[in-house]
Amino acid sequence: MATATRYVGKPLKRKEDPRLIQGAAHYVDDIELHGALHLGIVRSPYAHARIRSIDTARARNAPGVLAVLTAEDVRAIGPIPCAAQIPDLKPAPRLVLATDTARFVGEGVAAVVAADRYRLRDALDLVEVDYEALPAVVDPEKALRKDSPRVHAGLADNVAYRWELEGGDLKKAFRQADRIVKLRITNQRLIPMAMEPRAVLARFEPGEDRLTLWSSSQIPHILRTQIAAMLKFPETGVYVIVPEVGGGFGSKLNVYPEEALACHLAMKLGKPVRWTETRRENFLCTIHGRDQIAEMEFAVKRDGALLGLRARILADLGAYYQLLTPLIPTLTGLMIGGCYRIPSLRVEITGVLTNKMATDAYRGAGRPEATYFIERSMDYLAAELKKDPVELRRKNMPLPKEFPYATATGLIYDTANYQGALDLALKKVAYKKLRRDQAALRKKGRWIGIGLSSYVEICALGPSSAMPAGGWESATVRIEPTGRVRVLTGSSPHGQGEETSFAQIAADFIGVSPDDVTVVHGDTSAVPYGIGTFGSRTLAVGGTAIYHCLEKLRDKLLKIAGHLLQDDPVKLELRDKKIFLKRDPKKSIALGEVIGAAYTAKTLPAGVAPGLEATDFYEPSNFTFPFGTHVAVVEVDPETGGTKLLKYVAVDDCGKVVNPLLVEGQVQGGIAQSIGQVFLEEAVFDEQGQLLTGELMDYAVPRAADIPWIESFRTVTPTPVNPLGAKGVGEAGTIGATPALVNAVVDALAHLGVRHLDMPLKNERVWKAIREASAPAAGKGKRSK
Amino acid sequence: MGVEIGVQVNGKTCQNEIEPRMLLVHYLRDVLGLTGTHIGCETTLCGACTVLVDGRAVKSCTMLAVQADGSEITTIEGLAAAPEAAGGLHPVQEGFWEKHGLQCGYCTPGMILTAVQLLHDNPNPTRAEIRRALAGNLCRCTGYQHIVEAVEYAAKKLRARKR
Repeated sequence: MATATRYVGKPLKRKEDPRLIQGAAHYVDDIELHGALHLGIVRSPYAHARIRSIDTARARNAPGVLAVLTAEDVRAIGPIPCAAQIPDLKPAPRLVLATDTARFVGEGVAAVVAADRYRLRDALDLVEVDYEALPAVVDPEKALRKDSPRVHAGLADNVAYRWELEGGDLKKAFRQADRIVKLRITNQRLIPMAMEPRAVLARFEPGEDRLTLWSSSQIPHILRTQIAAMLKFPETGVYVIVPEVGGGFGSKLNVYPEEALACHLAMKLGKPVRWTETRRENFLCTIHGRDQIAEMEFAVKRDGALLGLRARILADLGAYYQLLTPLIPTLTGLMIGGCYRIPSLRVEITGVLTNKMATDAYRGAGRPEATYFIERSMDYLAAELKKDPVELRRKNMPLPKEFPYATATGLIYDTANYQGALDLALKKVAYKKLRRDQAALRKKGRWIGIGLSSYVEICALGPSSAMPAGGWESATVRIEPTGRVRVLTGSSPHGQGEETSFAQIAADFIGVSPDDVTVVHGDTSAVPYGIGTFGSRTLAVGGTAIYHCLEKLRDKLLKIAGHLLQDDPVKLELRDKKIFLKRDPKKSIALGEVIGAAYTAKTLPAGVAPGLEATDFYEPSNFTFPFGTHVAVVEVDPETGGTKLLKYVAVDDCGKVVNPLLVEGQVQGGIAQSIGQVFLEEAVFDEQGQLLTGELMDYAVPRAADIPWIESFRTVTPTPVNPLGAKGVGEAGTIGATPALVNAVVDALAHLGVRHLDMPLKNERVWKAIREASAPAAGKGKRSK
Repeated sequence: MGVEIGVQVNGKTCQNEIEPRMLLVHYLRDVLGLTGTHIGCETTLCGACTVLVDGRAVKSCTMLAVQADGSEITTIEGLAAAPEAAGGLHPVQEGFWEKHGLQCGYCTPGMILTAVQLLHDNPNPTRAEIRRALAGNLCRCTGYQHIVEAVEYAAKKLRARKR
């Protein structure tokens, strides 16, 4: 940064915390509007059923009920939008209420509005739906069979799309290979489970023709545009406000039926309408994540050099497309080669429809899958080739001087020092000693496993050419006449702490304290049109838009100050609310005086317009590619298959850091979600498509005692893509950690011949693997799988 | 059909006629307007709705408001009025701010009140004891490490004050 960084780089306490720790913050459900009605949805208990009839009479006549709607009544509302542009994507449109067929458990079939939540709860039970159950498509592999029932009767089969990506000469690679190594890996379906369930509040003011929608969302502007389109209401009359959001992780990067229904009903009934998701609904009908099966096939030389990779990925999309559903697996395809030199590569993705809720972006969105597949494979390859997993990785990593590095998938990795992060991680765990200890303990009957993962992720999404709805971000920065700085961001942070980090950047530029800066986000009538928060983009892309605004404002301040001081602006510096001559700091003018001059506009230099406001729409020239190495040490109990995480070291490189405290928080939280995926979490469906892990009693989100002390370190390799040098860190933990953890467990069982296990590694699964591998059955010996 | 209840909430006497089936959390949020207490699961599993009922941490989503009749309730809004706060923030609130013990903040009020009870019962807990005590409170953002540090910070501060 051009100015001295007083605040950037410092672990400042968060500006957003005082309201949050005192219960004074407002999430959607905390907003009170006089006379607000409560909306509830009657949902299909079947994964696949024909709706024969719906009898709403009893519900309609129940006390406190104002309206009961079925699909008939909301025909005018457009379908749920999908922004993904995939060639030959089969149509699978979802309406806000199911018309004649319900296609997943939880799909809405009727909407009820009542005066309060208790009356609503009573009335929901009074809607009688006559269903004819149809055979459900649950298993994504069976869904591909010719004789499988179809999710959408109008489609020839359950294949939503096939997508391919190829680079380099794969045939040659397989011809030249000493070994061809294959591995099948699954990345199970997960429930994002943000702590705040989704919530919506809609108000219509007919006099002003104004429709205001409060929603717990990551994309206020995209939501506004889509709601306007769905309801055919002028976008200029739609006001979306995203107040405090209690976690998103991608699950609120979407447009959902309840948002449109609440708006429609608020207009119809002339009163505000609120909908609050129950946790059960959150499990059933907020998007799910992951759910991919990969067949990895490597062409390798005996010395470990990777020549080629063919990856076939089957992605379970669910019954319909939400905003980005079909796109997510293609991100897996782009990143499948990880941080390695793989000269030739072919990815084939099959997106398959099943009778489940849609999958979509969940923290990492396709990249945790890619990293898991490649990093799990690296350990598998190391075992097959009898190499140390560290050395196999090192051999195939491009060197720092090779960057920018073009991958076979067509990406340009910006900057990296993979070896640096790897070396630091190894040093922090004392790798060689750890391996010796492991061998010694194994002799004593203790099974310790060491797992590594060297990852690269694709962040700061991204150049608009590669993004479905544009990948730029906007900002306006205004210095108010009193000297307060207002930063308006088109992005919409929700817990990551950008009210603080943006204030740090602004404070450095304008020469004020972060306390003088207010960051505004989420209110579409207050901030310029923006894209939103996802893909580790808020700081790297949104922050850069702010940076550009600040540059313009600082230049303007210096220009005005130069005029007032009768000196050349380039000789001036701005710090501590003063503008002074660099060579003679005593010659100065107070910042407030210069701001005053900008507003009173009586002493401005020629050609300088009044006011102190700048707006920027920043279009990134490339993605950024953060990277790192994580190491996990796990002990497996030979008797029970129980796993205990003994040590976790993370080395992450997210480029330059604005606030290290926030980075630590992001890393630790992401790793905890990975620990959840590896050991605890899995969306399990029965053959009828019922979600068996449909609430917190059955779906095990990690608790405080499930997480070990995480030792977090950083290397710093700035990106040249943006002036902040920041790459993004929001998803590093979920991208880097799963393979390290699974590799550690498999490594603990390596002496039994176990080479691979699929997540989640619950005691039972590990115990079975131990039993099978240890069974003295004739001819079985040591398994290679 | 209404039932009269009387409770002390954050030091204030509240008398209301409510439906017998009304949950305590809805009473606090909808009737009294104390929206700092959040609802995360309605099934006692996530802890977002934790409040102190007669000094004990209780998940208010599975307690009926009528069961609280005659009791003293502290919600997050009232915590800064506790004597430990000494006119400012409660040391546990302070710890969460100092140690970056929150991100989205949704679990935070419940997490803080559970920690208050822990430190009341055990002024000098080990890290393992803190993690065990917070087992009924889920957080999806932080990975808990900064929360553990926040509680350690508060414990130290509270012990120092008692000396």
